[in-house]
Amino acid sequence: MISNLIKRKIFTLLKVQYSNMLEYRVEIALWAISGIIPFFMLNIWTNNNLNESINISDIMLSRYFLCAFFVRQFSVVWVVFSFEEDSLMGKVSPYLIQPLNPFFRYFAQHLAEQITRFPFALIIAFFFFIFNPESIWIPNLGILILSIVSTFLSFLIQFLIQSIVACLCFWTEKASSIERLLFIPTLFLSGLLAPVVSFPKYVKSWIYLTPFPYLIDFPANLLSGNETNIVGGLSMQILWILLLFPLFKKIWSEGTKKYTAMGS
Amino acid sequence: MILRKYLKVYKKFLHTSFASELEYKTNILVDLITAILSLVGSIFLLSIFFQNSGYIGGWKFEQALIIQAIYTILNGITNTWFNPNLTEIVKHIREGTLDFVLLKPIDSQFFISLKKINPSGFLEIMLGFLLLFFCVRINQIDLNLIFLTLSLITISCSICILYSLWFFISTTTIWFVKTWNAIEVLRSFLYIGRFPLNSFSFSLRIFFSVFIPIAFITTIPSEVFLGYSVLWKIVLEVIVATVFLITSRKFWLFALKFYTSASS
Repeated sequence: MISNLIKRKIFTLLKVQYSNMLEYRVEIALWAISGIIPFFMLNIWTNNNLNESINISDIMLSRYFLCAFFVRQFSVVWVVFSFEEDSLMGKVSPYLIQPLNPFFRYFAQHLAEQITRFPFALIIAFFFFIFNPESIWIPNLGILILSIVSTFLSFLIQFLIQSIVACLCFWTEKASSIERLLFIPTLFLSGLLAPVVSFPKYVKSWIYLTPFPYLIDFPANLLSGNETNIVGGLSMQILWILLLFPLFKKIWSEGTKKYTAMGS
Repeated sequence: MILRKYLKVYKKFLHTSFASELEYKTNILVDLITAILSLVGSIFLLSIFFQNSGYIGGWKFEQALIIQAIYTILNGITNTWFNPNLTEIVKHIREGTLDFVLLKPIDSQFFISLKKINPSGFLEIMLGFLLLFFCVRINQIDLNLIFLTLSLITISCSICILYSLWFFISTTTIWFVKTWNAIEVLRSFLYIGRFPLNSFSFSLRIFFSVFIPIAFITTIPSEVFLGYSVLWKIVLEVIVATVFLITSRKFWLFALKFYTSASS
């Protein structure tokens, strides 16, 4: 009974958010285009023959960056910006009265956006293959399912981290600057701009203990068929989610106690 | 007379926006750390590119650092002036407050481009200059008057081109209402400015000098610093900058004809 109710809630939320997202198709298309930085990086790598030193062939590297693009497309999170705006505008108050954690709303918003974004990402990939026909490959079904799972886990990790940052809005009001700070290590260490294998030794020795390489590098390696430790990667992702979730619950319950509505 | 009036108005703008920004003091500190980390991150990325190869697109590591320095200065300028003001156009048009801007007895482009200021961008500009002086030392560039005027001319032209690009995209809001994401696309393209143009493949080089003149923004000033630059390139940059400034101005006046206020 209860689980049925939750299911219905989630389904309704998704439906509402999906139709909402479909209104802004152009926006989402543009947003998909803004994620093409990995392709520029690929261009630098192959054009200067930098990949020879890290023992990855041109084709494998181009697949890697294409997968990095895909993983990034489906793990973009912006919950802190939505929450900050809602909290500054006082929109959080009505959400808090409802018998549903407002983060479910944002979660459904993100999922709906990903569904809307999917065709655009496919179109960009199609153009990529026109320019690089030799890098076409078809991953087998098992790998495909595993990489979709790991991309989703990567999305969950980022969603949890950002939600924790978003909860800081209860104390500071402008939490998005903290998010911009956290985005810098995510950008440089996640493997979006350069695969983690190419990092110097002094970074590689500690980077696998942080959540960053599991955000893009691991799912992208998995999908593109580059060498990676599947069991280790997935368990690290789950470990980080298990660590972050109680933290989020704690900060959420502390924050709502602290909350004083705007404009009241 | 007119100039004096505008200077007076600008002083007032500075005063009010400083007062409101300084309310969030910790924010400025967080932004400073973000700027430093972002510079460290991009130097780290550059060092990955150079770890097994002495030259990238004909540039040595020490020379490529100049591009980073100039990029950091320009990014600081973007964060100080362009970003806070030109993203505001979207808000003006969505909420119909552009009416109030147009009714004021001063130039609307002046008002819209310079109303706000984000002081944390200054820190980034200073950071860029520090790196630039460091580069001047390690590349043993001798500072003489001709060199200084040339670099000043090219950097100001870069600022003009950058401003025009931002203003151009923000102006399209009058037709499309929401252009947040178009700005994101521009931002991701500008990211290319961190690397020497020659490190990209021929087709991308053409794209980034003809369609979106990012090549002009950082590469030409850096070439001036190294003494590589030829006169025609500098003249070309001055021409491109003037053309961009004039067109963006004309485009704004043209777009205003299509402005139909919100809810009327």
